[in-house]
Amino acid sequence: MTPELNAGTLLNDLFIDTVSISVPLFRPELCFVATIVLLLLCRMLPLLRYVDSGGIALGGVCFAAWFAYVDFIGIGNQVGESLLSTSAMRQELFGGLLVFDSFTAFLRLVLAGFLILYIILTKLSGIPDREDGADFYSLVLGSSLGMCLMVSANNLLMVFMAVEMASVPSYVLAGMLKGRPASSEAALKYAVYGAGTAGVMLYGISLISGVLGTLVFPDISVEISRVLAAGGTSGSTMVLCLGGLMLSVGLAFKLSAVPFHFWCPDVFEGAAAEVGAFLSVASKAAAVALLVRVAFAFSMPESGAAVGMSGNLAALADSRHFVVYVIGLLAAVTCTFGNLAAYGQTNMKRLLAYSTIAHAGYLMMAVAAAVAMVTISPEGARDAVTAVAFYLATYLFMNLGAFGIVALLRNRLKSEEISAYAGLIRVNPGVVVAMAVVLVSLIGLPPLAGFVAKFLVFSSLVDAITTGAESPLMLSLLAIGGLNTVISLFYYLRVLKVMTFDPIPEDRVSEPFPFVSISGAMITGLVIPVVVFGVFWSGLYAAAHLAGAIAS
Amino acid sequence: MAPAENPAFWPLTLIVFLPALVAAGLSLPIFPKAREEIIRWITFATTAIVFLLSLWVAVPQFFGTAGAGQFVVGQPEMQGVVKLPWIESFGIEYLLGVDGISLPLVVLTTFISMLAIAASWPIKKHVKAYHVLFLLLETGMLGVFVSLDFFLFYVFWEVMLLPMYFLIGVWGGPRREYAAIKFFLYTLFGSVLMLIAILMLYFTSDVRLLSDEQLIATHVVQPAVAAQEISSIRSAESAIHTFNLMALAAVGQLPNSPFAATTVWLGMSLETWAFLLLLIGFVIKVPVVPVHTWLPDAHVEAPTPISMILAGVLLKLGGYGILRICYPICPGAGLSLAWLVCGLGVVSMVYGAFAALAQTDFKRMVAYSSVSHMGYVMLGLGVWSAVGGQEYRWDFWAQGVNGAMFQMLAHGISSAGMFFMVGVLYDRVHHRNLNEFGGIFSKMPVYSGLAIAVFFAGLGLPGLCGFIGEVLVTLSSWNYSRMLAVISAFTVILTAAYILWAIQRVYLGAEYRGPHEDALKPITPRELSIATPLVFLAILFGVAPQILFQYVTPSVNQQVETLANWTRDVHDGARKMIVAEAEQKLSDGHDVARGVQSMSDEIASRWAQD
Repeated sequence: MTPELNAGTLLNDLFIDTVSISVPLFRPELCFVATIVLLLLCRMLPLLRYVDSGGIALGGVCFAAWFAYVDFIGIGNQVGESLLSTSAMRQELFGGLLVFDSFTAFLRLVLAGFLILYIILTKLSGIPDREDGADFYSLVLGSSLGMCLMVSANNLLMVFMAVEMASVPSYVLAGMLKGRPASSEAALKYAVYGAGTAGVMLYGISLISGVLGTLVFPDISVEISRVLAAGGTSGSTMVLCLGGLMLSVGLAFKLSAVPFHFWCPDVFEGAAAEVGAFLSVASKAAAVALLVRVAFAFSMPESGAAVGMSGNLAALADSRHFVVYVIGLLAAVTCTFGNLAAYGQTNMKRLLAYSTIAHAGYLMMAVAAAVAMVTISPEGARDAVTAVAFYLATYLFMNLGAFGIVALLRNRLKSEEISAYAGLIRVNPGVVVAMAVVLVSLIGLPPLAGFVAKFLVFSSLVDAITTGAESPLMLSLLAIGGLNTVISLFYYLRVLKVMTFDPIPEDRVSEPFPFVSISGAMITGLVIPVVVFGVFWSGLYAAAHLAGAIAS
Repeated sequence: MAPAENPAFWPLTLIVFLPALVAAGLSLPIFPKAREEIIRWITFATTAIVFLLSLWVAVPQFFGTAGAGQFVVGQPEMQGVVKLPWIESFGIEYLLGVDGISLPLVVLTTFISMLAIAASWPIKKHVKAYHVLFLLLETGMLGVFVSLDFFLFYVFWEVMLLPMYFLIGVWGGPRREYAAIKFFLYTLFGSVLMLIAILMLYFTSDVRLLSDEQLIATHVVQPAVAAQEISSIRSAESAIHTFNLMALAAVGQLPNSPFAATTVWLGMSLETWAFLLLLIGFVIKVPVVPVHTWLPDAHVEAPTPISMILAGVLLKLGGYGILRICYPICPGAGLSLAWLVCGLGVVSMVYGAFAALAQTDFKRMVAYSSVSHMGYVMLGLGVWSAVGGQEYRWDFWAQGVNGAMFQMLAHGISSAGMFFMVGVLYDRVHHRNLNEFGGIFSKMPVYSGLAIAVFFAGLGLPGLCGFIGEVLVTLSSWNYSRMLAVISAFTVILTAAYILWAIQRVYLGAEYRGPHEDALKPITPRELSIATPLVFLAILFGVAPQILFQYVTPSVNQQVETLANWTRDVHDGARKMIVAEAEQKLSDGHDVARGVQSMSDEIASRWAQD
């Protein structure tokens, strides 16, 4: 850094950094922004009011997805050339607030791909209606923008801002069904919870920054090891622990991890199924990615700075131990609670809400394994992050499929109770088969994508056990994960049981939609990847493996 | 190797996937749902073609050809191996093959499936869905028997669950939902444990430990490009994990087996844990007391053809898994836990027999007889009597394993037959209460004759198929534990008691005591065509067991001999070495008495360390 502070050079450097480095890698986000502006503009001008807002949103998202795809392919080629050296892939944007690496690129692609399917689905299911279209899509895109920032956050301040940016539009989305008390209640509950946890998280961030004197991720591990190695006052360690726990409160809220999950079932039940799909897939993906980033920041030695600091490295092990145990315990509790609570549900959306809680638990297990192995076996850590990325990509199809079917059935059956689905197989076998594929994949049975995802999570746990990284915790997580798979069988199968075994209720109001239709094609389009990625998962695995490179 | 280059690719692939392919075709909406008769015939034709294909592989002389992909009797190694990469980042392969252990079970599966479809004609509810699910089930079962890749094995193992759940849950009896979920839950619990064991073995395995010959013999490398692939394995810096079952077995039998060297939890080695987890997964399927309780429920509620499949094929998957996976991969744990496997077998045998005696439901009685009969299989697989005094004699042991294999095949015929016979009666009078039958012989003489023959086969009457397996298992267990042998021999009396008593109450007697007496029509030609082959085979295999043994014995003997040599060289080798060292000292030493003293001290101290 040059000693003299010349305003001219500073501005010049900033300009170069922004325009030539940051913006080209920020194109998907810019597409979202442009689309939001366009959507709102169209609302203002009387002539353009008749332009379909869904179409505009779809167009914008397609551009974003294209750029995300180009970036991902670009980084793939770069990795191929540089023989997996991580330094070549890491690119800090906007003065270190964001980071662009293969993980960012992969998850941004997943998010953009999700949005394409999601917008098509909402057009088919009819929520939002024409009036609300512009509002709905600008909120969705705004929230997605926040999620993209969560995925690429490289600074604790950015973490907070991104989480808020993703959350605030979702509060409104939850209350989208105007005139329905349940929907308003959901929105209020969500907002109050969100505000509370955001406050706690912000406090935690300020504590951490107070002790460490930095908010930038790559510096955090260095500072932590310095503080811990120096022995410090017991006060600073205490404050660090407290700050870390408070930070994890905010993340747990986004992950809907127990005990910060209470909003999740109520919001899912009160809000439209489409909103539930958005929250359960996109929001979850971003939250898990953010968890990976934050957890690595607190446990992964910075490769450049670590030279000659072996004593400090040992100190970092304490921090890593803490992070692994916090995530691992949250994962175990979340997974078990989600599966047990789902058992008693009668409303399909509520059941799926508890199902997403449980799946957050499985995902966090893999994150714990990744953090545990980060120094002992970087390859293992990479495989664990790969498992997370793979899980999120397949989870997109499974859960969007499930919520999509719920939404489309709601339009015909006027109900989202499980009992309303009784005997659906006699009227509409196609939908039931699709639902069966999705739910069985959520259980995690081969040959479906959900099995592969679970297989990868379990294999990262076993890898951690055999390499001796936090073996006792990993062993218990493995046992808990396995047991939970068996428990989850009950409630997913109960839905199938109602759909197939039970007789048709006599008071059914209308017939479900014919499967040979655009909606049916949409469902099929969501279900086919669940099967394909269950059998031929080499390609997706390779892509996820690229994303996992941040760990090695 | 491209599919076209490997002549063995098509037979095994078609046998496994033809049913699924037809199922996919049938499930298309263009296929008219109302044309039930056509769906039935298409499904029957599919199962018949698959049966013929499996016969073409197994008995080339029937077809007058000896082409590639056909089985050479008497050759113990894996044959017709198909090897294609599937998921390269995990080394998962599409690896299929058959040997004398799996091939007879494949033929049994295709045969029983064909008969079960013929027995499905009375199914009137949702005919299309029934047949689609049945065909998927067949793919799953056949896939398990022919897969040699553990991942692939697991996929097929799980693929069976969902079709079975629906087949019991939709087409079953009054308590079908309970029975279906119970079946699913038990099996899934076992398979999750199995998945954990698979992952533990995978992450500990390392094919670099194997010699060049072993790499070729276990199909880790392609014979055509062996040198090149071996050199790439040799130059690898980190461990190369594998799902290849044969390679895992070879690694598990190494003197420096990583499975035995790794301690996982509670001071027990990974080998022991993997063995236990796999064993639990498999014995749930067998099933063995105390995890058998899903079986009576599932059997009683399932429709007749599904009961035939359950008893005839699904139970064999457990025994096959123990023989193919547990013992070769974890020999050390197999040796030290032989008492557990044998004990479970004998307990099931006795418990199942007593439970069968107590039943009043005909089908439940037959279900418990399955528990009892599969106990013999467990006992036969478990007897690890390789050490007879100072000798490593594996022939008694091989006798037990051969007996267990034969018992599995014989039970496949006889139990499927018994369930079918119960189903024939149930279709007519719609009850199964043993105390409300009687006099069937006079009303349905042909049926009763066939039924009694099948029940006698189940009883283990000499001259029928049930006898051979039981007697071989009992004889071989004598060498392992006399008490177990005596108990298993006495169980035959219990078996005779419940079967004879059932025959007496159902078929004999002066008059029929239950409802729907006028429905007791003679056996129909369709039913006759299902029952006759079963009875014929029950007699044939009882009179000429050699037909089956010529397939089974070479492969079983090879495996048992390998494991016996492992016991001698690896397991007891260390102790032998101590004795040899001490003897050396003895001959070198001047003071004989001191030498003897030191030798015994040495042995005592080292054995204490063990």
